[in-house]
Amino acid sequence: MRITNKEVKHIAKLSRLYLSDEEIITFTEQLSSIIEYVEQLNSLDTGNIEPTSHVIPLKNVMRDDFLSGSLDRESVLQNAPDVTDKFYRVPKIIE
Amino acid sequence: MSQALNVERQASLYEKYEAVIGLEVHAQMLTETKIFCGCSTKFGSEPNTQTCPVCIGMPGVLPVLNKKALKFAIKTGLAVNCKISPYSRFARKNYFYPDLPKGYQISQYELPICEKGYIEIVVDGEIKRIGITRIHMEEDAGKNIHEGGGNYSFVDLNRAGIPLMEIVSEPDIRSPKEAAEYMKKLRTILRYLDICDGNMEQGSLRCDANVSIRPVGQKEYGTRAEVKNINSFKFVEKALEYEIKRQIKVVEEDGKVIQETRLWDSNKGATLSMRGKEEAHDYRYFPEPDLVPITADKEWIDGIRTKLPELPDAKRERFVSEYGIPEYDADLLTSEKAIADWYEDAVAAGGQPKAVSNWMMGDLMKMLNEENKPIEECPLSPEQLAGMLKLMDNGTISGKIAKTVFEEMYRTRENADEIVKEKGLIQISDRGEIEKAIDDILAKSQKEVERYNAGDEKLLGFFVGQVMKATKGKANPQVVNDILKKKLK
Repeated sequence: MRITNKEVKHIAKLSRLYLSDEEIITFTEQLSSIIEYVEQLNSLDTGNIEPTSHVIPLKNVMRDDFLSGSLDRESVLQNAPDVTDKFYRVPKIIE
Repeated sequence: MSQALNVERQASLYEKYEAVIGLEVHAQMLTETKIFCGCSTKFGSEPNTQTCPVCIGMPGVLPVLNKKALKFAIKTGLAVNCKISPYSRFARKNYFYPDLPKGYQISQYELPICEKGYIEIVVDGEIKRIGITRIHMEEDAGKNIHEGGGNYSFVDLNRAGIPLMEIVSEPDIRSPKEAAEYMKKLRTILRYLDICDGNMEQGSLRCDANVSIRPVGQKEYGTRAEVKNINSFKFVEKALEYEIKRQIKVVEEDGKVIQETRLWDSNKGATLSMRGKEEAHDYRYFPEPDLVPITADKEWIDGIRTKLPELPDAKRERFVSEYGIPEYDADLLTSEKAIADWYEDAVAAGGQPKAVSNWMMGDLMKMLNEENKPIEECPLSPEQLAGMLKLMDNGTISGKIAKTVFEEMYRTRENADEIVKEKGLIQISDRGEIEKAIDDILAKSQKEVERYNAGDEKLLGFFVGQVMKATKGKANPQVVNDILKKKLK
């Protein structure tokens, strides 16, 4: 299955990526060939195989509802590109 | 004239159409900690002080499910007659927004924890069943603050990761009133279960509505709009009424309703289009690889089921059959578990069931509402109300005096008998004393007596009033009536 320029533009928009026209053409080519490669799997009969969402056969891993402490605000904010003394700061969100 | 015609025409217009409404309700669960990490869920703390690497989405961290959140979701499912899925898992819902640190929300998609339930609501005296499609668990996002920032917005991630349940109804709701009843019922159930405090203003209970209209009799659904941001209980009906009228207007003017998201603006009293956001509704869900599946075993589910408290519907029915009070009373008294408990305590302390109900729904609720207090903070105990009712039963005080005693009890927290003694409020039932008062009044009211004798029997009330005034409300009203009627014959 080939994907189209339109789909690449859509995915770029959802990912907040700004691509040039040449990049859109390049990525359309590259993504199509990746998908075509993976598509080989479709030739296998998987009718009797359970769908896998997790590779390790684990289930019901849970924690009890006990407080385990939070980080102090200074540490939390130190990795963000733009902050005030209390908040993360981002370009104005227009609702 | 033309205006009256217009109103009439509009009213008949609205009857031509029927609304189809489905609600998506988000409820914050009352756990101590977040759904996938041990940070506190406390409301109103300093911004960004209740976060950790998991809930701010640092690379390499792993979420672990809070067992209590799962238990709460199952409990809710059982309370609203859902099937609990034997196999359930989480999914990633992908979108970019500043309040979502990971770039995806951990939610559930094709295998939610609960499916296919219903709740019953009463509208215009009729019971109606509203189907529940599914209940799933997910994490809340952070909070964006837009005020006072000029070209910036600010993000507080304390809320990111608070456990939510999304309860999705079938499109079974046909009017704004039904929607409001459904919300009320759901809120009552969640509060009975102690799973969500149901505070819409603080955002612990939120409601989005899918609304469409169709001509009465048509089977196919119309195109729906999603109304978001209904952030107060009183706006549920208003927002839906507005949206339904808007869609009818569009259709009547030969237009088409477009599928879109609209925001309720309570200041404008209108829903406003969020044009251009539609493309973003492509969430590319896939199974969450960082969390393992859930297989809630039958024994655990049965254990939760047997420990479910008595729910509002069952309690209401029991109140009617056990205490012999009207449906209406039972409905109000069971609207909150704390009110129902207070009622039962007062009856257990010896209060006559209907009398307790009357006093609670009347004076007590009025006084609590005036101070904006929940029943948990009522200065009066159920036993005190029962004590006062006993004094009425044995004739120590009249119903009129009881009102004064009640207010005094509420104010001072003293018992009724103490107040009655202190203030000398004991009812006068002594016939001689009352007769004397009546003779005085009749002597002073010759004109009224003549009119009464001429057939104006309404004046009996006037005489009773005068006697009560003369005795400072302490005369036994029955004795007063009795003597008056004899004397005036």
